[in-house]
Amino acid sequence: MKKKCDVLIIGAGGAGLTAALNAKKNGADVIVLTKEYPTRSQTCMAQGGINAALGNISEDSVEEHINNTLKSAHGEADEKAVRFMCGEAINTVEWLDSIGVCFSRTKDAKIAQRTLGGASSPRACYAQDYTGLKILHTLYDKCLEEEIEIEADKYLLDLLKDKSGRVCAAEILDIRSGELIVYEANAVVLASGGYSRVYAKNSTNSTASTGDGIAVAKRAGAELVGMEFVQFHPTALKNSSILISESARGEGGYLLNTKMERFTNELAPRDEVSRAINAQILKGEDIFLDIRHLGEEFIERSLPQERKLAQLYENVDLVHELIPIKPVAHYTMGGIVVDHTSQTTLEGLFACGECANHRVHGANRLGGNSLLEIVVFGKEAGVHAAKFAKNVSSTTPVIRENSVVKKIESYSNQLDFYAKRQLIGDIFYENVGIVRKREELLFARQEIIDIKENIHHFGVSDKSKIYNTNRVEFIEFLNILDVCESIVEGALKREKSCGSHYMIEVA
Amino acid sequence: MKVSIQRENGFVEYDVALKDTTLLELLSEIKTKQDNTLAFSSGCRSSVCGSCSMRVNESEVLACSYKVQDGDKIEPLQNVEVLRDLVVDMNRALTYNTKAKAWLVKSDKCVNLNHEDEKVNALQSDCILCGSCYSSCPVYAVNPDFLGPFALTRVWKYVSDKREDHKQTKITEIQTNGVWECTLCNNCTVVCPQNISSKADIEKLRMKSAQYGFMDPNFGFFDGSFPSSSIFMDQS
Repeated sequence: MKKKCDVLIIGAGGAGLTAALNAKKNGADVIVLTKEYPTRSQTCMAQGGINAALGNISEDSVEEHINNTLKSAHGEADEKAVRFMCGEAINTVEWLDSIGVCFSRTKDAKIAQRTLGGASSPRACYAQDYTGLKILHTLYDKCLEEEIEIEADKYLLDLLKDKSGRVCAAEILDIRSGELIVYEANAVVLASGGYSRVYAKNSTNSTASTGDGIAVAKRAGAELVGMEFVQFHPTALKNSSILISESARGEGGYLLNTKMERFTNELAPRDEVSRAINAQILKGEDIFLDIRHLGEEFIERSLPQERKLAQLYENVDLVHELIPIKPVAHYTMGGIVVDHTSQTTLEGLFACGECANHRVHGANRLGGNSLLEIVVFGKEAGVHAAKFAKNVSSTTPVIRENSVVKKIESYSNQLDFYAKRQLIGDIFYENVGIVRKREELLFARQEIIDIKENIHHFGVSDKSKIYNTNRVEFIEFLNILDVCESIVEGALKREKSCGSHYMIEVA
Repeated sequence: MKVSIQRENGFVEYDVALKDTTLLELLSEIKTKQDNTLAFSSGCRSSVCGSCSMRVNESEVLACSYKVQDGDKIEPLQNVEVLRDLVVDMNRALTYNTKAKAWLVKSDKCVNLNHEDEKVNALQSDCILCGSCYSSCPVYAVNPDFLGPFALTRVWKYVSDKREDHKQTKITEIQTNGVWECTLCNNCTVVCPQNISSKADIEKLRMKSAQYGFMDPNFGFFDGSFPSSSIFMDQS
């Protein structure tokens, strides 16, 4: 089966939907594909806010926003890109407001802002505790108004090129029917999200954050950069890795060890706090977040979601009890290399959102900059992909005989990939995690090499064509392996510590 | 603990050595350790993505926020096509957002919202489109053209927004198979994981409709007759 459009967008989170709106606005005929539904992406989980130097609460400036972002990036950001993003921030929030995002407001009828870690003033515009959810749903409503075609349950398998090497199609698995569909397009935009779930259950992310787009782009020959930079959030629930928002510490929460001692500055950047917690855990301590002193009224008003989730997953009432926590993978700074037009190193292929590396976060992302990035560069990717699509003549992809779906049919399924998936997550958490050592990185790399060599012993036990999630999860597992390889390669190449990549040098 | 799950050929019982756990964790345990063929949807695990809505003992829950009990009977949502096991096709319900034109149409004039304006639709904009309300709706069950709870809540979200410039058009769009079909049974309110009451939003939309001169077709006949409830009328 075949389908055609000018611009094909893979992923329907904040970046993908913004790209779609802007590609359409620039005259392109657009199709958006998602392996879930458009409002179920990782974007909906962002709580904190979206940064813009509006100065609604106290004085602020774009220059300060740039400085804070560059500082957090530890020299790994591209200053030009950071300047562009921070400069666009005010317009971006105004645009979101104009399409109906229900931001929280101040008493004097301005968009409310709060301070997140590493920011010199209250800069994050928020919508209660649901900033990402409300932005995502409003973008979705806007896409409906613009009659943008969004197809659910469509899973990216591979990118296809024409004879000259230009990306001009994607091979897609229709999860519902089990059929393969080739979507031909003059430009393809990847907006497929990050890879925090390579850490399996040691991640705050949605189960869908398996780095599919990054792995597919890599297999097609696109360059990746900064894959070793993974942000670990200090406070996730110990058993379930459910996020407890940074505002719990921002508002005065303490971190305690088993001896009930505080051991770090709770307001330091995420990577520093995560390392301090990790050091305690390695000493055998259990770590707790204590917000009892903030009072029930505050907790009900500011952290109602967290109270519910802590009760559900840990059986603790955070109004009266300590919250057991640990740091887990939360955001991935690395991704596909893009230029100033969001085009990757492959002609015809664009990327935006967490799967791309626009080099605005460098070695450590600031809270409130990820929602900003997806809208600012989602727009850029959409505009430039539409322009590109208009200026090239359509071409035909070289179809390969052996799709991944076909290939895995012959795999023997003697070994259980689900168990291996969790094992890799644990190995990466321990060895390619918060603190890294060369020999541990080598061990993790060898583990991935061994699994890849034996991949034909794994496989799919469900032989049905219809809505076969066993098969989709196995293909995700293959992507996880490719992504893991890049993370550990990047980490091995970078011998010195930098931001979230912390190396212990052996004397 | 033992649970039974509705699958293609009826209920299948599973015995899982877990306790004090969410239904979603239990389903993942079955999927990864006992039966790779079980199909269900999941995402965020924290009740904001709306993927894992299903029914337990005949009422709608999010699997990620429900503590599973021994003997639970687990089924897919109803009033919707089942794609496989616990996975349903949400596309039909989602088209009602388009039909109801649930988006902001804004004029160029500058409107600043204050703290009070924010509260007007803060709750309605918490909707996660999980579809629990459509599953529980007795009107949607018999009238598949009914715009339904989440689409109407979304219309109210925009109609109540001071930035919206085409309130009357929006109200006009929801007169047929819309606000007047609802029986105010309140099922949608009871099952909503986000504590939204579509029923209450529909009542507010009715008041707004009356302000624009629309009348309840069940009562507004000139001869004073009382037609049978429109939900049972031929919709062709």
